[in-house]
Parts: sequence; C-alpha cells; structure tokens
Amino acid sequence: MSNCHDSGPRKGLLPNPTIPVPHAAVNERPLIVAIIGPPNSGKSTLFNRLTGLRQKVANFPGVTVEHRMGKAKLKNRQEVFLVDLPGVYSLHPRSEDEQVANDILKGVRPGFAKPDAVVLILDVTNLGRHLVLAAPVLSLGLPTLVVLNMADDLAVRGGKVDVAALSHELGAPVVLVSASKGTGVDRIQQFLSGTAANLAGAKPARVELPVLNDVPKCRQWASKLNTRASYRAPAPPIWTRRLDSVFLHPVFGPLVFAAVVVAVFQSIFSWAQPIMDGMTYAVSMSGQWMGMVLPNGVVRSLVVNGVWAGVGSVLVFLPQILLLFLFIGVLEDSGYMARAALIADRTMAKFGLQGKSFIPLLSAYACAVPAVMATRVIENKRDRIATIMIAPLMTCSARLPVYTLIIAAFVPNIPLVRGVLSLPAATMLLLYVLGFAAAVITARLLKSTVLKSQRSSFILEMPPYRLPTLQSLSLRLIDRGRVFLRRAGTVILTVSIVLWILANLPLSHGKMPEIENSYAGMVGKTIEPAIKPLGFNWKIGIGLITSLAAREVIVGTLGTIYGIESDGNSEGLQKALHADLTPAGAVALLVFFAFAMQCFSTIAVVRRETGGWKWPIFQFSYMLALAYGGSLVAYRVANLFFQ
Amino acid sequence: MIFNKRSQMAATHKRPATLAELRNGEEGILDRLDLPDDIARRLMELGFLPGNAIIPARTAPGGGARVFRVDGSEIALRDDTAARLFMRLHFPSIKAATP
Repeated sequence: MSNCHDSGPRKGLLPNPTIPVPHAAVNERPLIVAIIGPPNSGKSTLFNRLTGLRQKVANFPGVTVEHRMGKAKLKNRQEVFLVDLPGVYSLHPRSEDEQVANDILKGVRPGFAKPDAVVLILDVTNLGRHLVLAAPVLSLGLPTLVVLNMADDLAVRGGKVDVAALSHELGAPVVLVSASKGTGVDRIQQFLSGTAANLAGAKPARVELPVLNDVPKCRQWASKLNTRASYRAPAPPIWTRRLDSVFLHPVFGPLVFAAVVVAVFQSIFSWAQPIMDGMTYAVSMSGQWMGMVLPNGVVRSLVVNGVWAGVGSVLVFLPQILLLFLFIGVLEDSGYMARAALIADRTMAKFGLQGKSFIPLLSAYACAVPAVMATRVIENKRDRIATIMIAPLMTCSARLPVYTLIIAAFVPNIPLVRGVLSLPAATMLLLYVLGFAAAVITARLLKSTVLKSQRSSFILEMPPYRLPTLQSLSLRLIDRGRVFLRRAGTVILTVSIVLWILANLPLSHGKMPEIENSYAGMVGKTIEPAIKPLGFNWKIGIGLITSLAAREVIVGTLGTIYGIESDGNSEGLQKALHADLTPAGAVALLVFFAFAMQCFSTIAVVRRETGGWKWPIFQFSYMLALAYGGSLVAYRVANLFFQ
Repeated sequence: MIFNKRSQMAATHKRPATLAELRNGEEGILDRLDLPDDIARRLMELGFLPGNAIIPARTAPGGGARVFRVDGSEIALRDDTAARLFMRLHFPSIKAATP
C-alpha cells in the first residue's frame, strides 16, 4: 500500500519547460488534454459536450486504433485540444486499445505529443471499482481532474459522496457532473482554462498510492478512500433489472432480439422511402437544371452524364444509410448491444467464435471498415482473424444502394403477413440472412481448420441502460454522413469521371462513340464470356469492374452508362435495367453482391489489422469464388422458376 | 428441517463449490481464480477478487453463460469460466442472500 516511490509524481514527467502565463498562452501551442476512463463511464458523452462539432475521428499514428480529437472552446477565447482515449479498466494493457491509451499517457507513443493534463472520468454510481483507475493515472504526475460522472443517477438512486474529502485524499481536484444533462460541465471548463493558464500550479499533490501491479491492494486502496469520502453506493438500478428481466428472459429475450432486427430492416426500407424519393427528385431536377444552364458540348456531357449521374445516384442513398447508423447508435448508446452480445454468445460459440465477435459483426452491417477495427476487443488472435475474415460478408450499408435499386426494379410490392412485411422488405431480409449464413459457415470452416484454437473466454460487462442523448446520436450521424459524402466526393467522383472518359473514347469521325464501341464497352465485352453464365451482359460487367473500388459505385456506373445511352432524357434507372437483366439475372446479381468483396477500403484495413497481404488476398479470392459459384447456382435455380 | 440442514452442510463440505455451481440469487464468497494470468487479472479488475461476494443474477437466454452481480456491476461469464472460480466453503444457512 505504501510501496509507491517509483510511481509518485516526478518533475521530469512534466512537459513544456516554459510555463505559460495567461496572456502569453494565446501564442503557445494549445494545451493537449487526454480524457481517460473505464468503458461505460460516459467519456464520449463528456467529450461531445466539451467539443460539440469541433471534433474529428482519426487513427493513432502507427496503429488503427480509432480516437477522436477535438477543440474545447473556453472563456476568453482559449482553446484546448482534447483527445478521447479508448476505454480502459487499468493501465495494465491486455488489448491493443489499452496499449495505446497506456503509451499515450506515458508519452512513449512516437508521433504523438504527450498530453499536458488528464481528465479522468469515473462512473460515480460504481465508485468502488472505478476509483481503482485513479491510482495508475495519478501516478503519472500530470495535472489531473477527477470527474465523477452520472451525478443525476447517484442522486436519484440515493447515493452520496463527499467531493471535498475525496479531492483531499486524491490530491487532485474532483468534480461531480452529469455529462448527459450537462450539469457541472462548467467546472471542467474552469479546470481546463486554469490548467492552460498555469500548468505547473495544476500538478497533483503527492499522495500515497498502492502498488500498481497488485489488483487486490489497489481495490483496497479504493475502498479506503471511499470510506474516507463517506461514499454511499446507490441502490441497484431498478429499471435496468426490470428491463433485463424482459430482454434477457429465456423466451421474450430472443423474441425482442428478433423483433429489433426485423424492425431495423423494415424501417430502413420503408421509412426511408419518402426521403429517398425526395432526394431522387432533387438530384434529377438539379441535373436537368445543370443541363439547361451549361452550353451543349463536352463540358455539359461530363458534368451532367458523367459526374452528376454517377455521384447523384449514390447521394440518394444517404438517408437510408444514416437511418441504419441511427439504429446502431441507439442500440450501442442504450446498452442493449451488450445484451445482444450475450444472447448471441451461445450461437457464436457453435461457430467457434464468442459473443464479443457479435459486436463487430453487427457494426459490419453498417460498414466493414469500422467493424474490422472493432475486432480489437477480441483478445484471442485467432478468434479475431476469423471475425475479420467474415465481417465483409455481413450486409454493409454500401450494398444497400445496389439491393434497393435491383429490388425496386424487379420485386413487386406485395404485402405479406397481413401487411407487417412487404415482399421487397422480405427479399432484403433474406439477403441479410444469406450474408449472415455465409459468414457463420465460413467461420465454422476457418475455426475447425486453419484458425483452430481452444475455446476462448467471454467476459463482458452489462452496463446499466441509459437513454441515448440526442447530441451524441446526431454527432454520430454527422460523422458518418461526412464519411459517406467524402467517399461520394472522391472515390465515386473519380470513378465516374474515368468511366465517362472511357465511355466516350475513342472518337470516331470526331464524334463520341456509342457506348458499345467505347473503351468501357470493349472492357465489358472482354469479360462478358466469363459472366454470361451468371446472366450478366457487358453493361453489368462494366459495373462489376468499377464496383471493385466500392460496391455502391455500380449504381453510379449504371447511371453513367444509361445516362450516356439516352443522352440525359433517361427513363428511370430501374426501367433501364429491365432491358439488360432477366429476373433470374437480377437474383444472380443480388447473390453476387452478397458474397463478393468489392471494397478497396476493407482490403486496406484488413491488411493493416492482420499485418500483411496473406489474409486479405485469401479473403478476396475466397469471397470472389463464393460470389461466382453462388450466383451461378442462383441463376440456374431462378431460371427454373421464372420460365 | 434439521436433517435437511445437515445434509446441505455435508454437501457443501464435500467439495469446494465453484461459481458455476451457485444457483441464481444465491450468494457466494470467491476464494481463488484458477485461470491463466491475463484472464484472472481482468476478472479481478472487474471485481472478481478473493473475498468478494458474487451473486449469479440471471442465465443468458439459451444458457451457456450467466450474468453475475459483483462489486457493484453485472458481468457476463461463460459457464466454463465460472467453473474455474472456486468459492469459499461456507454454510448457506448462515449467509443471508442479498435481494
């Protein structure tokens, strides 16, 4: 309990030898403050409160651990850089996230400036256990503010704590706040501006700390401090227990689980429709307007038929993708995701995985890139690789535009089960099930062959249920919207322009050729023999090639191809597709997109996360073979039905 | 009644109960963790410390794992992990189960 001389505050740890004085601080580099805390302590909510829209997601240098950085605007125009570190239980790293948090706090991660101060955020409703993290954090000797979050919860459930006494014991300022309600946040801002003004004065006082390697000793130390701060733990969270008796009920639990999944898919398909119709209208009207404003010629063709037809047809899907991310955000922020992982654990175990694989796999429904990164929570390396391998088989949001287009074009809107589900929604659901089935079978295969390992452990905290805040949900959506628009503005824009050039060259007698005789057409025709057995012609072939960059690009490509063919006065893309695809071919195309790994970003992130080309190459070939075989079978079978 | 109590005592005396053998709602005191170091450490950080009280709260739908109340929070563990957490020998009649 007393053996702490190597962990006590040391002068040498303090960065920035020049002590900034208030008015000189304006020209200095802004203060860097790290926010650290255990998972579920409300770190991100606080971060959002302090930074609002002045934040961005980035990777730590050298690794793919995501973090957010933002600027907190304080009074008298001071600015402070906040870094939201990954949630940790201790500074004894067990996974890569924890390693990063540890390295940054200690200032040993190359390329990342050591923080000048720390905001340690703890859940005050479980102070006994959370206070343990204060020991290693205070031992760093950096100016530290201890934030006790969930003050409203503590009060409602009848707990209390003497903040002044705790502050005295810790030798650091302590504030009681509610990050979700915003109460007490001004005190954190005061700390930040005070520290910015006088860094040396904010150093924590030397206090007795436990031996950091000894968990029981650290826990005893935390208990002692709790007693001295007359901490009274709150009553158990009644609502969480009530909700769990439904959500984890042997019968109702799985039913709720299934209902949630169905509701998500039904709504992204039917609720998003009116908004998407509006977007389609806006895109086509603006295209027509541009067609009228721009002079007839190459520029007009490039802008209207190349750029706008390509980018615009993808933009239409923004509302649907945001809706999906909204649902995932609600599930994560409310605490239901942990329950879903628990329900899924038994099933996942059958495929050789564990419940924690469920969380990345569910986010893979939004996008495989963050999902591959989210696998870092899985401690077992082989489990982690298996999860990475199957994540792109989950139906990501980039497939939605493709599915939506083909389903809307080929599947009649017939109500099923008394109107609860419609045939298009059911088809969509079936595609999701197909991807999931392929994923679990692949996992089973991998885990019983190349990635065989001992049955792994599954340790997961069930956080209390909380109402997601509007702010954190909207920040998530803004963030994802930006990512999608950036892709539309870069990858899709580039592909659209290149495709437009290829579709309009070589010039024959000084005129742009028919698409059939263009370079793009030639490429399509070259691969046509290979895809003919799947029911695809050369136009779809061009789409398959361009969609190697990103799946949704095929929609833009088809937009460009048909845009060119009918010179702007195109009938809808859906109608145009009927000319080139039979219903059986449409089924085959859906299956192809369900299985193929058409995404540069995912390939890149898998390479980074697995540390080489071996796994991404394997994954790409495997999924391509699966896609080809799957759509071949689907085409043959569907032909029996449609003829 | 007396006979009943004795047989219960005898049963708990015979072999050290593991966390996996504890019924839902029944409290036990942890004695030791028989697990690889890194997993044991993480469990200890989550409150599974020798001497701490643990109550299995509920079984996961479909079984295979349970949620345990320990040190102010609820943690899910698989049954095979719980079977490696050994409980202190005590008489169930003495311990009052917390609601």
